[in-house]
Amino acid sequence: MDCSHVFDFKVNRLTLVFTLFLALFFVTPLLYAQEDTSKATVTAHAEPEAEKKFNLGKFALHHIADSHSWHVIGDTFIGLPVILYSQGGLVMFNSNEFHGDDEAKLVIERAGQRFVKLHEKIYYASETANAEGEYVELGADHHATNARPLDFSITKNVCTLILSVVVMLAIFLNVANGYKKRVGKSPKGLQSWVEPLILFVRDDIARPNLGHKYERFMPYLLTVFFFIWINNMLGLVPFLPGGANLTGNIAVTAVLSVITLIIVVTNGNKYYWKHIFTPDVPWWLYIVLVPVEIIGVFTKPIALAIRLFANITAGHILMLSLIGLIFVFNSVYVSLVSVPFALFIGAIELLVAFIQAFIFTMLSALFIGMAIEEHH
Amino acid sequence: MELLVPEIGLVVFQTIAFLLLMFVLAKFAWKPVLAAIKEREHNIDEALNKAELAKQEMVRLAAQNEELMKEARAERDLMLKEAKTLKDSIVNEAKHSAQTEGAKLIEKARIEIENQKKAALAELKDQVSSLSIDIAERVLRNQLADKAKQQDFVADLLKDIELN
Repeated sequence: MDCSHVFDFKVNRLTLVFTLFLALFFVTPLLYAQEDTSKATVTAHAEPEAEKKFNLGKFALHHIADSHSWHVIGDTFIGLPVILYSQGGLVMFNSNEFHGDDEAKLVIERAGQRFVKLHEKIYYASETANAEGEYVELGADHHATNARPLDFSITKNVCTLILSVVVMLAIFLNVANGYKKRVGKSPKGLQSWVEPLILFVRDDIARPNLGHKYERFMPYLLTVFFFIWINNMLGLVPFLPGGANLTGNIAVTAVLSVITLIIVVTNGNKYYWKHIFTPDVPWWLYIVLVPVEIIGVFTKPIALAIRLFANITAGHILMLSLIGLIFVFNSVYVSLVSVPFALFIGAIELLVAFIQAFIFTMLSALFIGMAIEEHH
Repeated sequence: MELLVPEIGLVVFQTIAFLLLMFVLAKFAWKPVLAAIKEREHNIDEALNKAELAKQEMVRLAAQNEELMKEARAERDLMLKEAKTLKDSIVNEAKHSAQTEGAKLIEKARIEIENQKKAALAELKDQVSSLSIDIAERVLRNQLADKAKQQDFVADLLKDIELN
């Protein structure tokens, strides 16, 4: 009898947690909606008043976007190298030369070219400034219509990328060294921390999906799993070494999913291609099925890329929005609600960081497994 | 949505960095690590199998020992039994031969005694006869010392003799 009581209590708590978790999915669109309305009001009102008012949407979107400088604390920024492949050749300068300008008001001249920075994007500057002193021509949707040089800058995301590569090399080369030093012995230190994860990828992701040919794809699966996970975690760290939204950047997720696509396409066996081009259906259905299958080849990696991007970006926006509520209402008492809630979301984000790494790896393995599957 | 447009720079850097990372880790980390884990798992399996085999071997050996013990015991019993029979037969034989030997000796002794007795009797007879003749001679001599007595005596003898 006692046991059943405890069980009920646990179930209740679980239900509560689950309800809150579900509530997130309803709250998130609301926040987006609010962000849109606030944007609308900002554009409707006069400029000086809008600048005084805290714009949550702008704040959140600015934080999840890539940046040419790295915010340390207060007004301190680390200037990162700007590398541009422009009409005048390769151009390099420190982003500090913009002096914090992100409104295209300061023009930098290099190699006979003039550059401005607007919303962390570099444009060729217009000949003359517009009414607001911006050296860009704004289109109808308030986006610059100026041409852009190819931007190979070492941005905040690129720095995080390099950092994560260094961290991963340090961790896994060290671990590999441990295996070399203690041959046949039980793992120790970092090794025993990493080994269950490697076994998890091998036994729960690679083997069930890829069968006996799993070994060929282990390097990719392990690298992508740890890369996504470590970067998800780094993104959750709010201060200097972390904070960049690398795995919530579509460029990063797109590259990863394109690599999955390339592996799938290059390893697909005759059954895979037969299934796409000559499925086992009456010939007249080919008109419908073959295009659908071909689209399917590409929608799988696109879904992979969008899923990771959206999950991580949404998590960052949610956290920023909850903290931003304090500034929206301009009251410290809001923090009594928003900080615990942000903490709760933060804990869930830790889970999401792992789950998204797992899902990306799992689905990659699944797609590769479908392509190499032998039919009898 | 600006967020959905990938920036060329990050695409290039991500591709280079990720591929580089993957190939370096594949060569210097994943390959040795996975090989080591596989090797260790193989070793553990093998060790467990060996332990199982050793256990079976132990059981087999114990059974074998038991069997050997049993055999040894049976053999010992058999040997003891044989020894006993042998001993009995030896004792019996010894007894038997001793008896025959004894009987032979007794027989010999008896014959000897008989012979001695016969010899002694013969001698006795001789002596008795010579003694009696001697005595008779002496008596006769004594008796026949005077004439009268000789006459009486002859008369007596003659009396005894009945003429038929």
